Amino acid sequence: MSVTANETGSIERQIPDRLKSPAQRFLASWELLLLGVAVAVFTLNSFASPYFLDAWNLSDATYNFTEKAMIAFAMALLIISGEIDLSVASIIALASTAMGFAVQMGADTSVLILVGVGVGLLCGAFNGVLVTGLGLPSIVVTIGTMSLFRGISYIVLGDKAYTGYPSSFAFFGQGYVWWVVSFEFVLFVLFAIFFAIVLHRTSFGRLVYAIGNNPVGALFSGIQVARVKFVLFLLTGAMSGVAAICLTSRLGATRPSIAFGWELEVVTMVVLGGVSILGGAGSIPGVVIAAFVMGMVTFGFGLLNVPGIVMSIFIGLLLIAVIALPRIARQVLARGRG
Amino acid sequence: MLANMQGVSEVHSQSGEKIEPLLSLTGISKSFPGVKALSDVSLELYPGRVTALVGENGAGKSTIVKILTGIYQPDEGEISIDGRPVTFSTAQDAGEAGVTAIHQETVLFDDLSVAENIFIGHAPKTRFGLIDRAAMAEKARALLERVGAQIDPAVTLRDLGIANKHLVAIARALSIDAKIVIMDEPTASLSHKEIEETYELVERLKAEGKAILFISHKFDEIFRIADRYTVFRDGQMVGAGRIDDINERELVKLMVGRSVDQVFPNRSPQLGEEVLRVVGYSHPTEFEDIGFTLRKGEILGFYGLVGAGRSEFMQALFGITRPSKGAIRIDDEIAVIRDPNAAIRHGIVYVPEDRGTQGAIKGLPIFQNISLPSLKETSKNGFLRLAEEFRLARDYTQRLDLRAAALDQDIGELSGGNQQKVVIAKWLATKPRVIILDEPTKGIDIGSKAAVHEFMAELAAEGLAVIMVSSEIPEVLGMSDRVIVMREGRIAAEFNREEMTPEHLVRAAAGIAEVRT
Repeated sequence: MSVTANETGSIERQIPDRLKSPAQRFLASWELLLLGVAVAVFTLNSFASPYFLDAWNLSDATYNFTEKAMIAFAMALLIISGEIDLSVASIIALASTAMGFAVQMGADTSVLILVGVGVGLLCGAFNGVLVTGLGLPSIVVTIGTMSLFRGISYIVLGDKAYTGYPSSFAFFGQGYVWWVVSFEFVLFVLFAIFFAIVLHRTSFGRLVYAIGNNPVGALFSGIQVARVKFVLFLLTGAMSGVAAICLTSRLGATRPSIAFGWELEVVTMVVLGGVSILGGAGSIPGVVIAAFVMGMVTFGFGLLNVPGIVMSIFIGLLLIAVIALPRIARQVLARGRG
Repeated sequence: MLANMQGVSEVHSQSGEKIEPLLSLTGISKSFPGVKALSDVSLELYPGRVTALVGENGAGKSTIVKILTGIYQPDEGEISIDGRPVTFSTAQDAGEAGVTAIHQETVLFDDLSVAENIFIGHAPKTRFGLIDRAAMAEKARALLERVGAQIDPAVTLRDLGIANKHLVAIARALSIDAKIVIMDEPTASLSHKEIEETYELVERLKAEGKAILFISHKFDEIFRIADRYTVFRDGQMVGAGRIDDINERELVKLMVGRSVDQVFPNRSPQLGEEVLRVVGYSHPTEFEDIGFTLRKGEILGFYGLVGAGRSEFMQALFGITRPSKGAIRIDDEIAVIRDPNAAIRHGIVYVPEDRGTQGAIKGLPIFQNISLPSLKETSKNGFLRLAEEFRLARDYTQRLDLRAAALDQDIGELSGGNQQKVVIAKWLATKPRVIILDEPTKGIDIGSKAAVHEFMAELAAEGLAVIMVSSEIPEVLGMSDRVIVMREGRIAAEFNREEMTPEHLVRAAAGIAEVRT
């Protein structure tokens, strides 16, 4: 490796900046592979069902992933930093319950937004304090708060439901910005751009990667590890609050079982997007593509009248397959060489 | 010249007959990439005798222990037990041949019972192949009695104190009915009373006819319990014989005796004004009343044995842990350092000893490792500027003569020496005033070592104040303008350039009397 393009006969040894160009890296990337899967799913779907390639149907299909993906963006940062939040679906339940309660108190739409995001932030702060302040493992803490947050919703609501949301509130989950482009989809795109910039273009994002790869080394480099992680819990809580607003608006009602089981779908989306569950690696574009893949699969199966349980079996298999494939490929290659 | 001392003195029993060695190593060599850990060493252990293995850190003591216990295989040489050659391919082979080791920090299982800890891997079985708990408890009780421990074998290990855990470790070692017992600094973390008990145990093992290899840095105990000695230096055996035929002074000389002006850069230090003054720095458990001053352009060495509290103190200075008492002045201003961030702001940076977990951030490329503490400078309004980061990385890696394929290569792919260069580059890029280097050349190859030394001298010449923690005497002597010796968490002695001799350092570190302060 001593002879490189940069060494044009100069005596001084110089190390080149990059070994591979960004384009070369992209060609060997997880994101490209995933993009291939997305195209394949899209093509299969359009052959499988004549209703798939319809603008309004496709627009409807985006609702399968927009809310989950918004949480997944924040979750991606959290998982890259080496933590996880399994309470996100329960935060939705609690935030939605709080919004429903506020409606009963006569709150208008702007107050509902504040309540939704505010409850999300509070829940995130609660998780963050337990993990970073007391040094507890996040997987245990958030399994606990998963039961806690939803439990509160059940106590408040029982088998009742909050309804009667103001009509202006419906826009968040049911409104369209232009033609078939829903407000939620626009929000999804904006948050994708926002989180991609935060993770890939700011020094905060760099700290997230550093902490995920080596938290002790990050501490010894002067990074305020606990503070960064706390901010990530806050972000994840806030995004769960945003998802709660969209979902509640779309359904027009709050039941304590709202968004039940979403935490697993969110984590699946993140991991499918190439984020290392061990922390330290992953990208927002990967999560965006994974969101489309999961949404398309769900939608396609829906058009084919495949029952929901089969869908979740398929998603589970897909997850195991995409995680196992690179490892199997590496072993096969190694054996071939040996 | 000293190599011919091996085997010169025959060993005789009290009645006068000659004793054959139980275990002998001859011509053992072992290399690791870039380092020759052992070259042509010999070692003999006799039944009913304690042989002390003495040497500086890095002399090859732990390598020979690992060879004896089957963890490493020698590249060359022969091991024989009772005159018959043996090979240890695995730790199990060594155990079956009757070799057992009691390590400084033995791996035990906190949540298992004492008896389970003793017999894990070789528990007595019933007819059905299940663990025979009754027999296990019985045997454990007998073993514990033998080591003089009053411990209930049914107790969970977690509930025992450090000394009792140690006794369990010894009982475990003895459960393998070993003929050869290796004790690697067994008293390093024990109190006075526990140390006495350990000596009694050694006497008992001796009486049972075991051959004991005793590794220690403490001279008083070597002279108290050892019958024979073997000295290693730089991976070679430089002396062996009866302990009665040697005194402390000669032993120290054997340990450190080499010319120290070999590879170190020639410096003419230009000391500037005082940058750092530490007063009465204390910690509840790790160190006490540390105070010193440091001037621009100075290299201050910190010498001491492992566990003397040097790294712990340095990490407090860098804000990783907080002191219970004490103050720091930087440029005549009181500085309060609560976290590493504050230390960096005040211009104090720390290159840790544990490069793998505390220094390098594996998984991140070289240039991102370097820019990490300088992101405020390389970024603008919180947005990364990769060109700036690459420029920073280029500047500093070039100065340090880094060997790498590209700056976007993962730091984990580099050799130890080059990783160290990246970590040093990372800190220099913050333009520090005081740089603390904790064992800066530990485990890196000779070439990188020289480069790091050269560079350290350059930095001092540019006016940086350098603190170098090192357990290698030649390095301390070759690089420092002044040396502070720490022992058991306190400053034991301070030497200026004229007073610095290997003997002084070793004596002060080991707490041997007649130390000049």
